[in-house]
This record gives sequence, structure tokens and C-alpha cells, in this order.
Amino acid sequence: MATAKQEIGNGNGSLKYVGTRPWRPDGVDKVTGRAKFGADISLPGMLVGRVLRSPHAHARIRSIDTSKARALPGVKAIVTRDELPDIPNQWVPAGEVAVNYRDMSQNVMAREKALYDGHAVAAVAATSQAIAKQALDLIEVDYEVLPHVIDVREAMKPDAPVLHDDMFTEGVEPTPETPSNVFKKVEFSTGDLDKGFGEADVIVERTFTTKPVHQGYIEPHAVVASAGEDGQCEVWCCTQGQFTVRAYCANLLGIDIGKINVTPSEIGGGFGGKTVVYLEPIALRLSQLAGRPVKMVMSREEVFRASGPTSGGAMTIKMGATKDGKITAAKAWLAYQAGAFPGSPIGPGCMCVFAPYDIENAEVEGYDVVVNRPKVAAYRAPGAPISEFASEGVVDELAKKLGIEPAEFRLMNAAKEGTRALYGPKFGPVGCIETLEAARSSEHYKTPLGPNQGRGIATGFWFNIGGESCATINVNEDGTATVIEGNPDIGGSRASIQLQAAEALGIPPERVRPLVADTDSIGYTFLTGGSRVTFATGMAAIEAAGKVVAELRGRAAKIWDIPVDAVEWEDGYAKPSGSNAGDFEPMSMAEIAAQAGKTGGPIAATAAINAQGAGPGFGTHVCDVEVDRETGRVTVLRYTAVQDAGKAVHPSYVEGQIQGGAAQGIGWALNEEYIYDKDGRLENPGFLDYRMPVASDLPMIDAVIVEVPNPNHPYGVRGVGETPIVPPMAAVANAIENATGVRMTDLPMSPPRLLEAMDNGGANGGGA
Amino acid sequence: MAKYHVTTSINGEPTEFLCSGEQTLLDVLRDELELTGTKEGCATGDCGACSVTVDGTLVCACLMLGTEAEGREIGTIEGMAEGETLHPLQRQFLEDAALQCGVCTPGFLVAAKALLDENPNPTETEARYWLAGNLCRCTGYDKIIRAVMTTAAELRGE
Repeated sequence: MATAKQEIGNGNGSLKYVGTRPWRPDGVDKVTGRAKFGADISLPGMLVGRVLRSPHAHARIRSIDTSKARALPGVKAIVTRDELPDIPNQWVPAGEVAVNYRDMSQNVMAREKALYDGHAVAAVAATSQAIAKQALDLIEVDYEVLPHVIDVREAMKPDAPVLHDDMFTEGVEPTPETPSNVFKKVEFSTGDLDKGFGEADVIVERTFTTKPVHQGYIEPHAVVASAGEDGQCEVWCCTQGQFTVRAYCANLLGIDIGKINVTPSEIGGGFGGKTVVYLEPIALRLSQLAGRPVKMVMSREEVFRASGPTSGGAMTIKMGATKDGKITAAKAWLAYQAGAFPGSPIGPGCMCVFAPYDIENAEVEGYDVVVNRPKVAAYRAPGAPISEFASEGVVDELAKKLGIEPAEFRLMNAAKEGTRALYGPKFGPVGCIETLEAARSSEHYKTPLGPNQGRGIATGFWFNIGGESCATINVNEDGTATVIEGNPDIGGSRASIQLQAAEALGIPPERVRPLVADTDSIGYTFLTGGSRVTFATGMAAIEAAGKVVAELRGRAAKIWDIPVDAVEWEDGYAKPSGSNAGDFEPMSMAEIAAQAGKTGGPIAATAAINAQGAGPGFGTHVCDVEVDRETGRVTVLRYTAVQDAGKAVHPSYVEGQIQGGAAQGIGWALNEEYIYDKDGRLENPGFLDYRMPVASDLPMIDAVIVEVPNPNHPYGVRGVGETPIVPPMAAVANAIENATGVRMTDLPMSPPRLLEAMDNGGANGGGA
Repeated sequence: MAKYHVTTSINGEPTEFLCSGEQTLLDVLRDELELTGTKEGCATGDCGACSVTVDGTLVCACLMLGTEAEGREIGTIEGMAEGETLHPLQRQFLEDAALQCGVCTPGFLVAAKALLDENPNPTETEARYWLAGNLCRCTGYDKIIRAVMTTAAELRGE
């Protein structure tokens, strides 16, 4: 794939290393058990920290008596609401997102009220796990249990229990005079909706719900924190963003940012769920009070009760099309659960709902609603899978009513270069059509189906982001290079940074060593998320490499005593060019590096960028299912996931992202849900009952990469990590409809729900 | 709290440790012996991240007490490579990119080795059911299953 700026560090314009599949640089550590994840870090004299959590969904905390726990030998520190500063209620920018530090602080440790089952109420640091557990039992909390609400539609009713008595819905005029659970209303519109529906020959309107689902990373949250007597703090933790942890800890505890150094461990999955803090500020506060390092690790039950998930949603979608297949109007009403504090991904949910299509007349309204559940965290393309599950179901139904083949119907309306998205910008080159065409022409799509089998297709969209990244390249004495960057490697990004730096330097990847640094060792880098790392940090590495190459050319010019303009860089060698061509033997990076001391000193360069122009990501998935009409069980027989990667830097890890996102989406579609009892307590906080897909649940997932280059990246890269979780729920639902004639509108499409829907002859319904 | 003295073998090395009656084998490996390659994902036997072998049988180390290691042969991920030579499964996982975050990888490798020790010629379905006790949230299992099947063929000399 040719791109505009492809020539960087790469004389002949073709890519030599980008697009290859070497072993990842951290691979051996990860297959031998040597890699250090969050819970693998220990310090001498370390204490064990544990958290006491509310057993109530909604309760006023009258008092907390820690005296008996404090008297227990081995207890070194206790933190409750009294040991944390109060923070004003305001939204402030933090990297690419806005955060409310008051809410964050209250989520980390309950203040006046416990707002969900699992909300932290107190924390203890003790000399052993056993003593810490015993101490938690000795803490006496006096709760006044309050009525609770966990369903999003229930929470929006005027008589619902109100979580926050200072919450007056934003985005409506006039601002309500009574508090409610609706934090804000958002709206997007374009064209003339009435006109659009007036032109339609067929209109479909459906109501959908999705359940909150957990990111399901296998590694629980873990941290070691050490506060020194000089006020200098060290934190080691598994996080998607060490700079985020640093800023959040500093703000929540009133510490200068410069006094905290955060080192990211290896990270055992995150999917957005490790972009926030839970234990880190508590461990740091405990360490301040105890004067010793404190280690905290969540149990799996705590992960489910108190971290993540993403929102459940309640949605109504109405779309109209002409009989020749043009979508003329689309309307969406979306309400997302935010959990106990505002901040659901309702904005992106609204912006993405119709993004795969070029629609002239559209209106979307969305609501961010608090409920007595854990505060939601980002989960892979946050917000988009929920709303696009709904819209892609309606699109399929429209196609069916019109008698148009579903891939064809999508192609007739697909977003393309120049399409103006509902949320404002016009798309540049995008791969929506290309992924649809690749899916339609796949062998899979043409294979006949058997009885009780059905095929579904769905397309998905996600923005992808760029943002702030730094990279430093140090040229070593032997001509190898070290690339220092600031993004925890969650799925192979060391490999993609290594390959891009190698390409730009013109040396083999095995001579480039990537290193993920702590906050003191690299400049500010926004977190690993938004499908941004290979794009944005890759660009930083390429820019740093460009500076290094300029320096290397300068050194060669000095050695040869010719003008720098007469030195070109090709395949890791300086070569005399122009009138000096052939005057000297090409000089390798190793030869130049060996003489660095004599020619001007060490060779190193840093790039600090704010990467713009992340290319949006489109994907189209095809799913075959077989439905057992006796049990309602759905078996995924075959799955093909097509995605536009712009340029796949390490194709194996791009395929991995596509396959992993598809598998998570299949779990979301078929099994995963939080089950609460009548008191608002989570009944399935474990992997046995929160049923994520296992190897025997899935077929091979055929990942197909298409490459529509992103003109804003030197090699054409666009992010790939998030889009793959967007299409699966609709692809599965459309396949089930094709197999059974039943349109499932509520997730998960688990055996009892599907059985009931088949018995009812088509409809299903439930709360969110 | 009184501690028990346990004599065992870990990855072929005679090993002694002290542990309390309530520490699991996983706690002992990680906290007492600093063998942190074995991971804790759930501590309830549902995720397989702590897969080890005990006298050649695949078990979750979180479901066994440290004291039960007495007189047994324990195998962990740290014993899988021989010196600088990776086990063929380890090599194939890297070749096929059968890992993303890598936290489930030690458990999968130990479990896959146990599979191939018992059944050198598994079908894809047999491999999927054998590994159904190991959760991976990153890969969708595709590349893991391919790596296991490829290694099985390699070990059979195909």
C-alpha cells in the first residue's frame, strides 16, 4: 500500500519491516513466566492492604468505627473517608477525557453514602494477609440502608430512589429544579427527520436492551505503593496509563505530580478497564500513614463487584428507507447506565449509532443515567457496541422487508470518503465499503447453510484517536537502538513500535529494543487506549528515528568531510550521493555509532507529538450459528471478521486484535451479564457464573485485513484494537433471526431467553 | 501461627518450604518461593492461570493446599524451557502470536503440554475441550489452538 510519506528512512519507498511477523520483543519473557505483572512485584518490608466493601447497593454510612481493628497487632494503617481530602465538584480535562475528581475520589472510597454493592468503605494495611482480613472483620460500619435502583429505565422514573441529591439534568432547558438520576442529555441531528421519514417506503422501529458486561481481563488490579519520608512516592501497578495513574493519585491525595513516579508493570489485559484508578491512591495513602510499602491485589470477586464494567443500555431505533434501498431517515433514543457516578459512554454511543451509513436526515438523543452499580469504565470502543447492536439489527430488518440482500443494502448506503458523520466531520479515506465487499466476496459468505442454521452480517464503526506521545531513541555503541516509550504493552505494541522504528532507521527489528518506561523516564504519553498506540506512539517513534537518521548523516558527513546534503541514508547505511557518489564505502549505523564520541558525542533523539488524524476504523463481520430448538443454545459455527487496518504493522497481532474483539463480542451477545438479587447484590461475581467464552465455545475466527491507508500516518496505519468488538452482537442476532425468524432485541441471547422468544413467536423483552 | 515444613520437588529440584495450613500451593509458589510465573486470575479454579502439574497431572494450584505438595513432583512454567532452549510449545506460541497480554500464557502452556503428554494427536475439538479450563480474554483462542495443533504435529515428527 503506497502512502504519501512512505519514503521516511526507506530509500526506495517500499516497506521492508512494517508488515512482517517477527517474534515480539517481550515474547520470551511472556512464555517463560519471567514477565512481571502487577501482582508479581514485591518490596522488602512490604505490607498487605485490603479493602472493606459495602454489602449494600445504597446506604447512608452513619459511622465507621475502626478502633478494634487499629488495636489488632500487625495492623499498621487504616484509611476511611476521614483520611482522604475532600475535592470540589468539577469536571476537568485529563488527557483526552474529562474527569470529575470528586466523583473519582468518592468512587475510590465512599463518603456520605455507599452507592453500590462492593463500594469501598475502608482499607487496612497489615503485616500479613491473614491479619488484614481479620482487621476488616473488626471494622464496624453503621449503615442506614436506602432504596436502590439498578435498571436504567427505572432509574429515570420520577419516583426512583435518587443517588445524588445535587444532580440536576444537564442539557435540558430549563434545568430541572428537582434532582434526578439523569446526569445529562445529549443530542445530535442533521437534515430534516420528518422529510426523511416522509420519503421512506418502509419504516422499522425497535426497542433494544443490553446488559452491562465486564472487560474480563484475566489479571486482577494490583499495585505496590511506597511513600518516602521526603514525600517522594513510587507506584508500581498494572495500568493502561502510568501518566493517568500519576495524575489521578496526585489529584486525589493532594500530592505534586512531580513527586510521584509510576512504573507500569506488564498488564494482563485491560480493554479500557485499567484506564482508571481503584487501589492505587488507597495503597499510596496507606503507605504514607504506615511509612512502609503497601501491596494491594483485588480478588476476582472484587474485580466484578467494584471495577468496570461497561454500560447496559436501553434503546429505541427507528429507520426508514425507500423501496430502491436508500436509507432516508434514522432516529435513535439511547439511555446508558453510568453506574454510581456520571460518565457513561453515551456520547460515543450517540455519535457511532449510524456512523457506518451515509444518512441525510438523522436525530439522536441520549441520556447518561446513574444507578446503584459500579461506576462504568471504558470497554473497547466504549458506547459503540451497544448502540450499533441496535441499529445494525434495524438495518438488517429493513433490508429483509425491502427484499434486498443485507450486504448489498449496507453497501448501497455505506459511509465513504466525503460522507459527513452525524457528529460533524467529513470522513477522509475510510474502509467501510472495502470491508463489506471483502465480507460479501468471502468463501464463507457463499457457503450453503444447513437446517436450524443462520447467517448474520453486521458492520461496525469506531473513531480511533491519536493524542500525546513521546518516544526517545538512543543509539547504542554497537549501532543497535533502544526506543523508550510510555505506553504499556497490552497486546503487542512493543512489536509494532519496534517495527516502525526499524523501518524508519533502516535496520532490522532485532537491532531495535523497545522499552516501556516509568513516568520519570519518558515525557507525557497519553494512555494505551482508543486504538492509539501503534498510530500515535508509532508516529513519535518514526519522528524520533528521523531525527536520529539526520544526526547519523551529519556524523558521516563529518567523517567524510563532505556536505551533509551529499549523504543519503539507505537501509541503515550512510552513502555519499550526488557529486560525491561512490567516493566512499557506505558506512553502517554500527560504524558511525562506534565513532560517536569523536564526532560530537552520543546519538539520541526525542520526539514529543500530539498526533492528529487517526483514521476511523470500519469492520464487517459474518457469523454462522446453529440454534438448538430444544434448549435455545446457540452455537457459533463459523466466524469471519474483516477490518480495515490502514496498514497492518505486525499482521499477526492485528489478526489477534480482530479475533479477540470478535470473541468478546460473542460473549456479550450470548452469555455475559451481571445478575443482581432483589437487594441489589451481585449474584455472579466470578468466572464460573459470569460466563465468558472458553475455547470450546468458539470456532476459529477468520480475520481478514483490508488496507485503506490512513494518509495522516507515514505508513498508512490506523488503529485496530476497538472496532472488532462493535459488529459481533448484531452479527450474532442477525444470524439467529436468519435461523429462527426470531428477532432478539435483548442481550444476552442466552438459552432461556431465546427459548422464551421462540415460544412467544418472535419477541423478547427485559430490563437493562 | 504454626507453620508446616514441606519437602517437595519443583521442576525437578528438591525444595523445602514453610507454609501455613491455609496457604494454597499457588500462594506458596508465588509468595514463599518467588515463582511468580504461575498467575492468580480467580483463586477459585475457574480460569486456569495457575495451571501446574502435580505428579504429571494438570491441576489449578489455587485449589490445592501448600501442604499437599509434600512428596510430590510439581511442574511450573519456570521448568518448561531447558536452559536457553524453549519448549516447542513456547516457540510456537511466539511464532503464531498466540498471546497478547500474556498473563494467561503460562497456564495455557502448562495445560497444553499436559495435553500433548497425554494425547500426542488431539483433534481440534479435543484441544478446545482440554483447554476449556483456561480463560483467555485477548486472543479468541484461535491462534492458541493453532499453535497447540502445530506443535503436536511437530512433536509427532510430521
